[in-house]
Amino acid sequence: MKIADKDTKAVDLVREALEKAKEFEDYHCFISMNEARALERAREIDEKIAKGEKVGLLAGVPYALKDNYLSREGVTTAAARMLDNFPSPITATAVAKLEAEGAIMIGRANLDAYAHGSSTENSYFGPSRNAVDKTRVPGGSSGGSASAVTLGIVQFALGSDTGGSIRQPASYNGVWGMKPTYGTVSRYGVVAMASSTDVMGCFANNADDVDLVMRIMAGKDPKDSTTLDDFWTKDLEDAKPKKKKIGIVKDFMGDGVDPEVVKTVRDYAAKMKKAGFEVEEVEMPIMKYGLAIYYIVQPAEVASNLSRYDGVRYGHRAADITDLDSVYSKTRDEGFMPENKRRIMIGNFVLSSGFFDAYYLKAQKARTLLINAYDEAFEKYDALLCAVAPAPAFKFGEKTNDPLQMYMEDVMSVPPSMAGLPALAAPAGTSKEGLPIGVQLIGPRQSDQILLNIAKTVEEVK
Amino acid sequence: MEEYKTTIGIECHVQLNTKTKLFSAVDNDAVDKEPNACVSPIDYALPGMLPVLNKAAIEKCVRAGLAMNCKINLVSRFDRKHYYYPDLPKGYQITQMYQPIIGAGVIHLPDGSDVHIEHAHLEEDAGKLTHFSTYSLVDLNRAGTPLIEIVSMPDIHSAAQARAYCEELHRLMMYAGVTNGDLYQGNMRFDINVSVSKTDKLGTRTETKNLNSFRSIERAVEYEVKRQIDVLEKGGKVKQETRGWNDTTGKTTSQRSKEEAQDYRYMPEPDVPPVVLEQSYVDKVEASMPMMPNEYRSKFGLLNLDKSESEAILNYPVLAERLNEVCDKNISLAPRVAHWFSGVLLSEENQDKNFALATADELAELSEMVEKKELSSTGAKAVLMEMYDRKNTAKTPHTLAKEMNLLQENDEGALEAIIDEVLQAPECAKAADDVRNGEMKAIGFLVGQVMKKSKGKANPATVNELIKKKLS
Repeated sequence: MKIADKDTKAVDLVREALEKAKEFEDYHCFISMNEARALERAREIDEKIAKGEKVGLLAGVPYALKDNYLSREGVTTAAARMLDNFPSPITATAVAKLEAEGAIMIGRANLDAYAHGSSTENSYFGPSRNAVDKTRVPGGSSGGSASAVTLGIVQFALGSDTGGSIRQPASYNGVWGMKPTYGTVSRYGVVAMASSTDVMGCFANNADDVDLVMRIMAGKDPKDSTTLDDFWTKDLEDAKPKKKKIGIVKDFMGDGVDPEVVKTVRDYAAKMKKAGFEVEEVEMPIMKYGLAIYYIVQPAEVASNLSRYDGVRYGHRAADITDLDSVYSKTRDEGFMPENKRRIMIGNFVLSSGFFDAYYLKAQKARTLLINAYDEAFEKYDALLCAVAPAPAFKFGEKTNDPLQMYMEDVMSVPPSMAGLPALAAPAGTSKEGLPIGVQLIGPRQSDQILLNIAKTVEEVK
Repeated sequence: MEEYKTTIGIECHVQLNTKTKLFSAVDNDAVDKEPNACVSPIDYALPGMLPVLNKAAIEKCVRAGLAMNCKINLVSRFDRKHYYYPDLPKGYQITQMYQPIIGAGVIHLPDGSDVHIEHAHLEEDAGKLTHFSTYSLVDLNRAGTPLIEIVSMPDIHSAAQARAYCEELHRLMMYAGVTNGDLYQGNMRFDINVSVSKTDKLGTRTETKNLNSFRSIERAVEYEVKRQIDVLEKGGKVKQETRGWNDTTGKTTSQRSKEEAQDYRYMPEPDVPPVVLEQSYVDKVEASMPMMPNEYRSKFGLLNLDKSESEAILNYPVLAERLNEVCDKNISLAPRVAHWFSGVLLSEENQDKNFALATADELAELSEMVEKKELSSTGAKAVLMEMYDRKNTAKTPHTLAKEMNLLQENDEGALEAIIDEVLQAPECAKAADDVRNGEMKAIGFLVGQVMKKSKGKANPATVNELIKKKLS
């Protein structure tokens, strides 16, 4: 990571980032830019350095902020019309921690509205583009963040991951993406999607950069009761795997998975062996139910969390309202994207009286079985290996008319989310067409750094 | 006509008097504050805000539960109850649907009957809407105030018992110190579920919501019972519905039928971890509980007070505590103190006094002064009022009586001199003759004259005796 010091001016780092952002404007990585404030902050940091004062670990490092994080700098939209022109009076804990270390937000990265989607095609402001192939989606929901890192606009970007929203775009754009253990980073000040699986993570170009950003953001926050005590250790080298044994999830190596993706996972496994790991296939039949569980629990929480957007206190309110019912129905009809509405309807259905037991409760029971299956596997393995998504980045519009096809994108990324486990997406190869393909390493709770350590070791294998 | 049996269950919402709200750190006391003065980003439901449980509310729950002889559940959880209304910013209320903190218990009413508690759960209050002709205004000061909802079993069978239950519940919550208990401010609100039936099978019930005075509870039950019997007697069926009470007309009216009832789509609250308590913590809270009304009742039973008198005192925990302390010092001094409390202190014009100002020592001292005839009962009442008005609490009842020139003259020598003077006065000659002739009615005039001359300091009973002796 390039950090400002006596020789490298923060202002230059920020200027360079802003120029690149302009150069790659047609990729639509950003919803809004933070140019004036970013330069002002850069100057402040340069002054401090000139005076010999202490600056933070990320002094002057420009970054892209997924636009579902609140910050007092600019407006937060969550890529939804509902929050169009919402100046937040609050800054998210994760953002505050990064900025305390001198990181500088240059712009708000594009996403699927309310983080609902796998392609950024659900953004009210239009989709972002894949950094490697402009005709393809960057993945989602944190597509703008991933693309901005690959294009070299920023050295790191923040994302949020509820069922794959960091890992899948990381894989599609060929960068590193970390979904930490549930509760590692405070959710305070981030527009909620599904509270029981939402995690805050990042994109970067290598394991060390991911480690540094995550180390800064991790830790207990009194404002988020679900945060864990800080478990991130200072030195990534100390996070060594103990068993030296990896399991390949066999259930994700067959039907429905692109052969090039399967090959990439096998090649990666071969490298792991070279690096001294024992690698074997493991059958986890419960995994095939992960998606079904997720698309019950997640919409239920989504429907609940989106209830607050009612046009009464802030955000969008329909113009031609006549009574209370129309305040709600017209505002929500105009403010939400079709995918938001689809999830609200599914969520309210599975929670409704008479269906709660059959859907929501059953899904939660199945979720427990899924967690048990992982726990059992981790008695044997340091980590599980599988692909991130069934295929490389797809073309715009290819899946927009088939929501089920779009949901299938999440089939491999959703299970660790349901279990609250850390999952790392690392670049592993490219398709014949030159599209990036990533792999996913999944470990027991709080083994986040071990995953980074393993992937770093494998990357060094020639 | 066969007798109808009335069955009543009551749900009571108690606002807890914690310093801050249930899930945010803003002031929970909105009395006399501007609308929306006590609202945090959490109560306002900004995006990305998360509830943080106020631990003080948990202690209040444990206290309330113990006051009702309830089981305290060591593990409890929160759930979301969804509905849309502008007074509910999140679009859901955080409540405890499946695993409440307070389990089953029982309340023993003063009449000897028992009402069982099904459970009580912790939840947040909603805000308040004020409606105008073409618009409504929202005040979120109350949004997020901690509430416990106490759900009784259908153990209540009359309007009077319903009222007695609610009054006792109010007392218990006041003694446990969990609420300010101001019914006018809505600190306690009651929903009554009423049904009537001629058989053992319960009839269809109606729920009358949001009653906030004991009298309205009694009247609403009476009205509902009569209305339901009328419906049944005319061959109709009671509809299961929610009704509202109109205090002016004295009637309940239909608000919402069962069919219109909302689907609340309950869901476990993922943002608030379960509340896990240690038994040792519950034990510690239990040890800190004050005496409860029933303990006072058995103690005050020794004082031969009217039931209405002791119940009136029990409505004020601090007075019950003082009276109890006086009992412990010298039980013979206590009945007089009790009469002062119920007869003087609790009269309308004295309700705003600080009842904690006079200590048990001082009250016992005052009672003893009357016992020793150092003070007339009228004088004692004057000193009592002064005790609750004084700025300088170092002044004892004796000092006050002296300053107010109310100490009685009990010295017979000094009294005899005044009496002789009175008996010799020409204007008293006739009365003195009447007494000598056995017309004892006239003695009152003579006693009055002596009292006047002594400026009220003479002890009238002693004067009476001395005059009788002199004129016999």
